[in-house]
Amino acid sequence: MYAFTYHRPKSVADAVALLGQFEDPKLLGGGQTLLPTLKQRLARPSDLIDLGQIPELQGIREEAGGLTVGAFTRHAEVAHSETVQRVIPALASLAEGIGDRQVRNMGTLGGSICNADPSADYPAAVVALKATVRTDRREIAGDDFFTGMFETALEPGEIVTAVHFRTPDKAAYAKFRNPASRYAIVGVFVAVFGSEVRVTVTGAGPSVFRADDMEAALAQDFRADALNGASVSADGLNADIHASADYRAHLVRVMARRAVEACG
Amino acid sequence: MANPTGIGASVRRREDARFLTGRGTYTDDINRPGQTHAVFVRSPYAHARITGIDAAEAMRAPGVIAVLTGADMETDKVGSLPCGWLIHSKDGSPMKEPPHFPIARDRARYVGDAVAVVIAETREQAKDAAELVMVDYEELPAAVTSLKALEGGAPLVHDDVGGNLCFDWHLGDAAAVDAAFAQAAHVAKLDLVNQRLVPNAMEPRAALGEYDRATGEHTLTTTSQNPHVIRLLMGAFVLGIPEHKLRVVAPDVGGGFGSKIFHYGEEAVVTWAAKKVGRPVKWTAERSESFLTDAHGRDHVSHAELAMDKDGNFLALRVATIANMGAYLSTFAPSIPTYLYATLLAGQYKTPAIYAEVKAVFTNTVPVDAYRGAGRPEACYLIERLVEVAAAETGIDKAELRRRNFVPASAMPYQTPVALQYDTGDFAKNLDIALPLVDYDGFAARKAESARRGKLRGIGFATYIEACGIAPSNVAGALGARAGLYESAEVRFHPTGSVTVFTGSHSHGQGHETTFAQLVSERFGVPIENVEIVHGDTSKIPFGMGTYGSRSLAVGGSAIVKAMDKVERKAKKIAAHMLEAAEADIEVKDGRFVVAGTDKALTIGDIALQAYVPHNFPLDELEPGLDEQAFYDPKNFTYPNGCHVCEVEIDPDTGVVQVVSFAAVDDFGRVINPLIVEGQVHGGLVQGIGQALYENCVYDEESGQLITGSYMDYCMPRADDVPSFTVRYHEDQPCTHNPLGVKGCGEAGTIGASAAVMNAVVHALSEYGVTHLDMPATPERVWQAIRRHTPAQAAE
Repeated sequence: MYAFTYHRPKSVADAVALLGQFEDPKLLGGGQTLLPTLKQRLARPSDLIDLGQIPELQGIREEAGGLTVGAFTRHAEVAHSETVQRVIPALASLAEGIGDRQVRNMGTLGGSICNADPSADYPAAVVALKATVRTDRREIAGDDFFTGMFETALEPGEIVTAVHFRTPDKAAYAKFRNPASRYAIVGVFVAVFGSEVRVTVTGAGPSVFRADDMEAALAQDFRADALNGASVSADGLNADIHASADYRAHLVRVMARRAVEACG
Repeated sequence: MANPTGIGASVRRREDARFLTGRGTYTDDINRPGQTHAVFVRSPYAHARITGIDAAEAMRAPGVIAVLTGADMETDKVGSLPCGWLIHSKDGSPMKEPPHFPIARDRARYVGDAVAVVIAETREQAKDAAELVMVDYEELPAAVTSLKALEGGAPLVHDDVGGNLCFDWHLGDAAAVDAAFAQAAHVAKLDLVNQRLVPNAMEPRAALGEYDRATGEHTLTTTSQNPHVIRLLMGAFVLGIPEHKLRVVAPDVGGGFGSKIFHYGEEAVVTWAAKKVGRPVKWTAERSESFLTDAHGRDHVSHAELAMDKDGNFLALRVATIANMGAYLSTFAPSIPTYLYATLLAGQYKTPAIYAEVKAVFTNTVPVDAYRGAGRPEACYLIERLVEVAAAETGIDKAELRRRNFVPASAMPYQTPVALQYDTGDFAKNLDIALPLVDYDGFAARKAESARRGKLRGIGFATYIEACGIAPSNVAGALGARAGLYESAEVRFHPTGSVTVFTGSHSHGQGHETTFAQLVSERFGVPIENVEIVHGDTSKIPFGMGTYGSRSLAVGGSAIVKAMDKVERKAKKIAAHMLEAAEADIEVKDGRFVVAGTDKALTIGDIALQAYVPHNFPLDELEPGLDEQAFYDPKNFTYPNGCHVCEVEIDPDTGVVQVVSFAAVDDFGRVINPLIVEGQVHGGLVQGIGQALYENCVYDEESGQLITGSYMDYCMPRADDVPSFTVRYHEDQPCTHNPLGVKGCGEAGTIGASAAVMNAVVHALSEYGVTHLDMPATPERVWQAIRRHTPAQAAE
């Protein structure tokens, strides 16, 4: 780890002000990606701005047909929240499946979506649950938030304050985890809003995406078997020592089936 | 049981309170006044010529004390890290043994090879400065896999080692094997890979060097399984420091699995540099450094053939193995794929003729050496996979085929065709215990039940034998060992009856402080809390060989018994004098020294007090004191053996393998502490399951970069990956040639488990026509195997 200056602002406004002051500042959420990166000397921020003491970024509220989850809410808080378990149980279950207990006790929703790791779990929920990402300056539709591998629609210095998830009629998340890292090799989130079905896929591609064929098939007939004819092309999917693109494409269908079955 | 802390008692580990509450003292916990920190500059290339090193900028960085290179070591006449075992090729020529300098001189030969060391006031300063050391590399093509390294025209890891061939060795009777194959009714064949593994001890390697200018004494504190071996190798061959001026301490060590047997360059560097900079020098590996620089394990590519008669009786076994040595020869590397591997190819079977050829190959990867089991898991995996293939091909039940070919207990001692003589073992009995334990007959019903849930189910066996208790020194010497393999012990009674036992064995997770104390408690009736076990410090203990190869109790424990024999002999003489009886009339009963047929008795405490306060003592016959030393050199290897049975369920949709049950029936000879034995078996099984299903060390085949360089990609088994184990042992077949009758239990789980799991996996997949799968059976490999063998899906 290289030396840096550590800041702990008490408000979003203070954090924004700090961001403008330094040469190469970095926001610190739960640190589950940033700290290992720093330890390996793969990043060299001049300043770390810890968002952990900002009350505006905390908390889980039921509002406007859904749930608003503060950006600094840790995965374990989402997983164990009675509100989340009652309103969108699939979101609680997704959070419970992230990493391991230590990761869930530290990692945050905001940190996860801002990092936009292609194999992170939350992006699947943000897109499937028609979320709105709130920042210090605007609202961004969940559909527009993830723009590529480790890339988002955020502007430099923009701070995510909360995410509003819409309550679906039913939803479920099925994940095939990497046995080593426990990130998603493939994660599929299925959510039903009236006659609309969303099927979002994380882990398989460079960024979260919607499986259009599957959505169409399920909108017609919301049963796992309806997916028999639908598939995701392996072209452009991720490939590594753990899973080839072919295997990931196959897993998308298997996980989609499981998510549909779990929707009940 | 008379003695709650004696032999056979499940005494809880005395060391656990210390370890579980963070009160252990590991090398990195030790800090000295004036201590400096070493950080290594390591090659980012698998193979490169070092054309220049410019340390000027690094030297100007804050806190930097020195930047040292291979050239500085050369100036100081620092030697090459020695190899402890010499193998001769088929043609009688000695193995190729290129130099292995602690810091590379002109060439870097694997990613992570040390190129320079920076010594600074703080670790962070040393890391900062290490980035400023400018090394000019001329990158060279790399030979990464053993198969590619053997190809004509492959890049040479060492210019003077043609074809990258370290040795081409063989064992057994080729002519007899050929003749048997000519008569065979059936031949089973198998190509298999025993993949490379990263050892992953919980505590990373660390070393702290000190030099006392006043006395001229060097001290190295290091994460070692065998401090005396390090002192001998480093002192005599690398740094030229005589033993009486070199102290090596291995304090609490957090796991080794073999990887901390070897003498590593970092140990020599900190010891040498401490004198050079005049201050203590500490180095502690980061986890990434452990992945890159700890000696790896296994990495065999083999072809095996088994000849049978029409009834499935094994006639002959033929094996050809290519073993990856990495870039240099690590301390015991040449012995692993030879005398610890090919000698075990008889397994539990009476196969009359065996012939094995082993080519050892240099590659541009980190050295490969012993890793839990060390050669024996490779042998067991090969035999037991081949037997399973033979059973499938002949249609003979796999349990029955094994039973038909077992060496019968009545044939013990049994001379194998590959140099070993098994002393005891009742292999059929292990199987007889295991079959009902796993309800073998009920498998079909369980498989049907799994099928109803859409799962495949398989059952796999592994009947293993290992050669442990390493080793008779003369035998090892004849086979190429450059060291003895005895063990030392000293049993020191103190005046008030408490005891300190000094052992040359080293505990890095095995629980010696408990088990060894039980030996003393049993023998002399001393409460276990009055017995202290001291190990790991060459300034305290007699010259010992350390812990590896499941040898500590069989060899180290036997040395303690020998020392206790001497204590008892002397104590009897003292007791006879004190009790005014004839020495011949003194009996030891329940730890008390009794005059036969009387109620006159003394405790060892009474005798110890008299030994040190000799007012009523036979001073004209005996010296005062009660403190005896012994060395024990084993007469043979010990042969732990057993039968492991694994059941797996496979999700055909994803390829995920779940181990649903695992039973281990083992013969470890006599068991001193069942609780510790069971713990060792559990740990071993998890490690074996880890190899079968999860762990895989992958280098990029072109660049030689380590792809699995962290836990993001290198998959370790976790608690929720394994079932609750069923562990049984019997004590009917004690070792015949050591005084405790013990055989050793540290590696057994690892040796049997991988084969049992893979046999179960292949069995589950057999309905698709799958006959073999290489480890690890990852979800994708399993899914691909299913897909390859499913015509409809393959066409998709």
